[in-house]
Amino acid sequence: MTANAEVTRGATRETGRGRTLAEKIIARAAGRPHATPGDIVTVAVDLAMAHDSSGPRRWRPHLEALGVGLWDPDKVVIVSDHYVPAVDAASAAILKDVRDFVRAYGVTRFFDMRGISHAVMPEHGLLRPGMLCAGGDSHSPHGGAFGCFIAGFGATDMTAIAVTGETWLTVPATRRVAWNGRFQDGVSAKDVMLFLAREIGAENHNLVIEYAGDTVAAMSMEERMTLCNMAAELGADTGIVEPDATTLAHIRAHGGAVDDAALDAWRSDADAAYHSAFAFDAAALAPQIAAPHFPGNSSSVADMNRVRIDQAYIGACVGAKYEDLAMAARVLEGRTVRDGVRLLIAPATTKVTEQAAKSGVLATLTQAGGILLPSGCGACAGMGHGLLAAGDVCISTTNRNFQGRMGHKDAFVYLGSPYSVASAAVAGEIVDPRAYLS
Amino acid sequence: MSAAAPARAWVFGDNIDTDVLAPGHLMKLAPDDLARHCLEAVNPDFAPNVRPGDVLIAGRNFGLGSSREQAAVSLKRLGLKAVIARSFARIFFRNAINLGLPAFAYDADLPIADGDPIALDVPAGRLDIVNTGGVVALPALAPALTDILDAGGLMPLLERRLKAERSAT
Ligand code: SF4
Repeated sequence: MTANAEVTRGATRETGRGRTLAEKIIARAAGRPHATPGDIVTVAVDLAMAHDSSGPRRWRPHLEALGVGLWDPDKVVIVSDHYVPAVDAASAAILKDVRDFVRAYGVTRFFDMRGISHAVMPEHGLLRPGMLCAGGDSHSPHGGAFGCFIAGFGATDMTAIAVTGETWLTVPATRRVAWNGRFQDGVSAKDVMLFLAREIGAENHNLVIEYAGDTVAAMSMEERMTLCNMAAELGADTGIVEPDATTLAHIRAHGGAVDDAALDAWRSDADAAYHSAFAFDAAALAPQIAAPHFPGNSSSVADMNRVRIDQAYIGACVGAKYEDLAMAARVLEGRTVRDGVRLLIAPATTKVTEQAAKSGVLATLTQAGGILLPSGCGACAGMGHGLLAAGDVCISTTNRNFQGRMGHKDAFVYLGSPYSVASAAVAGEIVDPRAYLS
Repeated sequence: MSAAAPARAWVFGDNIDTDVLAPGHLMKLAPDDLARHCLEAVNPDFAPNVRPGDVLIAGRNFGLGSSREQAAVSLKRLGLKAVIARSFARIFFRNAINLGLPAFAYDADLPIADGDPIALDVPAGRLDIVNTGGVVALPALAPALTDILDAGGLMPLLERRLKAERSAT
């Protein structure tokens, strides 16, 4: 462990007999009094989400062969985000097929080119505490910030869910990860996740990560989304945060209806039987950077200093929410991007762009030399604008830096927070963002 | 002697992710064309030389990353009989079973080198290491999962279930 990231921790199996939040949600969806870790249960799905890459184009041939429709078109959310906007005839055809599907199968919630699915759903108040949701994308855990159980599934699983409204789950145990104390200025939820990817690893299999502690309680919903999103990088089934007043206020502000009673109904029992529990000190956390080609290949920024970069990318569900852009703007205010470096910004949704335009954040980013890209998965999925050539070095606010993901297999991608990525864009190399805050 | 015919073992390390199994920038390709790029970033000899019936043996956390089913589809298109890994990422494991590609989690080092001849009997969960005469008993899958594999995947199973429901009404 590096000196400036000192933590206290201990993995202990609590002896309690109570239930965790995730177990309560699964029990409810399975119509059982209890859900015990390790059991295989069949659950009813409250909401199913799919996007243009894994959704309709994979579902339709099966639905046609089976001669069936959607189990409940009102509970299916379709988002076009991976191939948007079309860059060639093939992606245009994929998007056209999605639109045809939505019409033919009566889908009522369709978001066409409005942004990345995980970021779009909370903008419409679609996720509420206690729900059990299935997402046709591995970063579906993003929505666990709302106190729901939401996991990612492949296309065949999603097809079966679309037809039947149910699926099987092996009930996961819950690992509690508490953070207490205040972050230093320039440290954020993204640093927490790059730290955890190293410290608790990428093999939290058959586990739900429940984020807790006063640091998490003080976080905005967008920062909690970052925590839950990257539960995927921990190899967990999903991430979850117990709902509180912040959760309910966000849902209501975005058109969702939720009862105050949700706060009592959807929380872990005080004597819940956790699989294990960790506690970390937020004040001791330094900005974290992941080196190629693995999110857990991370260290404190001090160990990473002076890596020269060609591209800085602010994008993705996890890294281009409004607050992420605002963090970058704090660094870029009154500064310019280093000559020879390209700073690309793809806001997570069109609403984020609108909000950033209103607040002035967008002007700060573009005046510094940032280049605005369309909202969508873009270079994060290796599909849109901003891909890398062999030998290119990029620092990115995205969640994964697997080899070849953002373009050529011989490109190098580092991961960091919006503060770190913006600071690197200014310096032309990876630097400690705490020296760049205005 | 095992009843299964000998095949080649393709051995990979830990954390083989979905981007090396099915690169994102090639996802618009037809499945067979995408399969030709499977694992090329870590072993360019794999896709051109793998033969139907071969078995992939990997380390920990195989298939981590994206939910993209093309990762499992590519392995199936290349004709792999099964994947044996020390552990699997959750979504990849489900995808493999759903597509009828057997996936065995065997959490110990196998004394098998890349290129070794092996023989795998999937229903029996028996792996024969030809050179040494060693036999490994792979852990059985849960009944809910063997039902899917036996049907040839989740879609054939669903089709059967829907037919049964229709004839019952
Ligand atoms: S932005 Fe990246 S991580 Fe998020 S859904 Fe799109 S491809 Fe996946």
